Amino acid sequence: MDFLIFENISKSYGSNKVIDNLSIAVQKGEIFSLLGPSGCGKTTLLRIAAGFEEPDSGRVILDGQDITNLPPNKRKLNTVFQNYALFPHLTVRDNIAFGLKVSGFSKEKINDEVERYLDLIQMTDHASKKPSKLSGGQKQRVAIARALINKPDVLLLDEPLAALDLKLRQRMLVDLDWMHDEVGITFLYVTHDQSEAMSISDTIAVMNKGRIEQKGTSVEVYEAPRTSFVAAFIGDTNFFDGEVKSIDGDYCLLSVESFPDIRVYNDKAVKPGGKVYLSIRPEKIGISHNKPSEEKINVLKGKVEEIIYLGSHTKYWISVNGFRISVIAVHNTFMLDIKEISFNDEVYIYWSLDSCYMLEQYKEEDEALLTLPDDEILDQETV
Amino acid sequence: MKRGKFALLITLFVMVFFYLPVVIVAINSFNSARFGGEWKSFTLVWYSKLFADKNIWSAFMNSLLIAFSSAVLSMILGSVAAFALEKYKSRFQTIHRMLLFSPLVVPDILIGMSLLIFFVAVQIQLGLMTVFLAHVTFSISYVAMVVLARLQDFDSSLYEAALDLGAGRFNAMRLVVIPLVFPGILAGGIMAFTLSIDDFVITFFVSGAGAATLPGYIYSMMKHGFPAVINSLSVLFVIATFILVLMSRKFLVKQ
Repeated sequence: MDFLIFENISKSYGSNKVIDNLSIAVQKGEIFSLLGPSGCGKTTLLRIAAGFEEPDSGRVILDGQDITNLPPNKRKLNTVFQNYALFPHLTVRDNIAFGLKVSGFSKEKINDEVERYLDLIQMTDHASKKPSKLSGGQKQRVAIARALINKPDVLLLDEPLAALDLKLRQRMLVDLDWMHDEVGITFLYVTHDQSEAMSISDTIAVMNKGRIEQKGTSVEVYEAPRTSFVAAFIGDTNFFDGEVKSIDGDYCLLSVESFPDIRVYNDKAVKPGGKVYLSIRPEKIGISHNKPSEEKINVLKGKVEEIIYLGSHTKYWISVNGFRISVIAVHNTFMLDIKEISFNDEVYIYWSLDSCYMLEQYKEEDEALLTLPDDEILDQETV
Repeated sequence: MKRGKFALLITLFVMVFFYLPVVIVAINSFNSARFGGEWKSFTLVWYSKLFADKNIWSAFMNSLLIAFSSAVLSMILGSVAAFALEKYKSRFQTIHRMLLFSPLVVPDILIGMSLLIFFVAVQIQLGLMTVFLAHVTFSISYVAMVVLARLQDFDSSLYEAALDLGAGRFNAMRLVVIPLVFPGILAGGIMAFTLSIDDFVITFFVSGAGAATLPGYIYSMMKHGFPAVINSLSVLFVIATFILVLMSRKFLVKQ
């Protein structure tokens, strides 16, 4: 069921169009992430949902009711702010009780509920402390409890983990997921961190320049990106552009760069002579000294330009006829036993015909989002 | 090393320059010689005379009354002005800001004179009321300045959080914004109090007969010679002012 609906929302600040005729629906009970780089409009959209900003045009509908013109305190939505926004003059207990107090619940009801939520976030021992005495993770939990206690229809989370360090962020993600299961409230989660979004979300909407580029499950947006932006922003990838030479059943034969012909699964119903753009994830590409013998693969021969060993996996940049391809080899064997691939080696790289994905939209500027080898980064910096 | 010593020397020099006269007044307040100058013997007679002088006490009560009432009113008006300046960013606010802060730079004598002309023109009887109004006009600026500084540091997401949690605008102000900004308002109020209690120039113009405040009374005492009572009065005055300033600093620095 479409629960929270944004309908043709537009918002500009002066001449700067932050949200551009955006429509999207959040389902009841899910964790829905708005993922995008800073300035893509995701926080503005969240603030429009909360009622802190008014859209120039369009409607916000919550549970069948048009809430576009309701003030924030009349909406059954609560926000977890990026900087937590805990009231510094109130204790943890009073912070959590704030929403119920202003709504005029009885003292006993408030006390019972506050104790329950203090217990839920395991902060009972710290209930009388002021926020300034809490750690980042504790503040975060208080901010979440303070919002959840009001039993909102949707909990809005604005980069809730951005201020925490990596380890704590991973713990809080698990906690958030657990709390979501516990209370069963719809979460609208805004983040610029793709791994955060992928690990917690039921649905991800990737935003760029005030528009939704793609909406889908984590697996869908990662494996089948619709646009070059989605492919490059989530994870890393390689882009090729090519021309369709012929079609062979489910597959089409492409001429790409100066490579030998490449075959790719044809799910976009392309015609011979058409131009196509491909995205292939580095970890889908295999690397070997010996020519692989499997069927249904594309094979290219190249030279190792750069190696970055990262423990669980190794990143390679392979130059194929002057074209640079990023490859990630995941190590599921003991690496010391294996004949190492080293700098300047001649290697074969290969991938399954089904692993390559044809993009619907391609913009050259999105290439800037790709990870580049070090020497190129150095070159850019010296310019 | 050398620079450290030089800085110390300058600091000492400034301190001596500032506080030596105060120290001399303090010493003289315990001097039994009638006109100071040389030390005769230790006495508390000037203090006892001071506490017995009815005129001084009535001037002092006038000062307290005006300082307190003008501080309270300017706390309210100044805070409201600061909230408006912080919240609304229209072109009129530039004019508002200019008008509000001009008393900080306009010379006292000009303020005093123009207020006098104004009061005479609209035929308000000079007296405690006009002194009170005059003090409110310049105190507002100081309160607004202090409160505005505090509001600019105020995290607006706290106000949004209060709204978000279901508080109306009034409750959000009452429960979150005012409690957090209050130290600033109070510091502004204390500042207004001290400014009012030792204002001489403006009060001189707008106080009519019989509405003398303490500084004005001291001045008239000095015109008729230099009674040693002034020394003891000044010492008490300095101490009281110091305490107030320290209090206002404490409120400003806290949090």
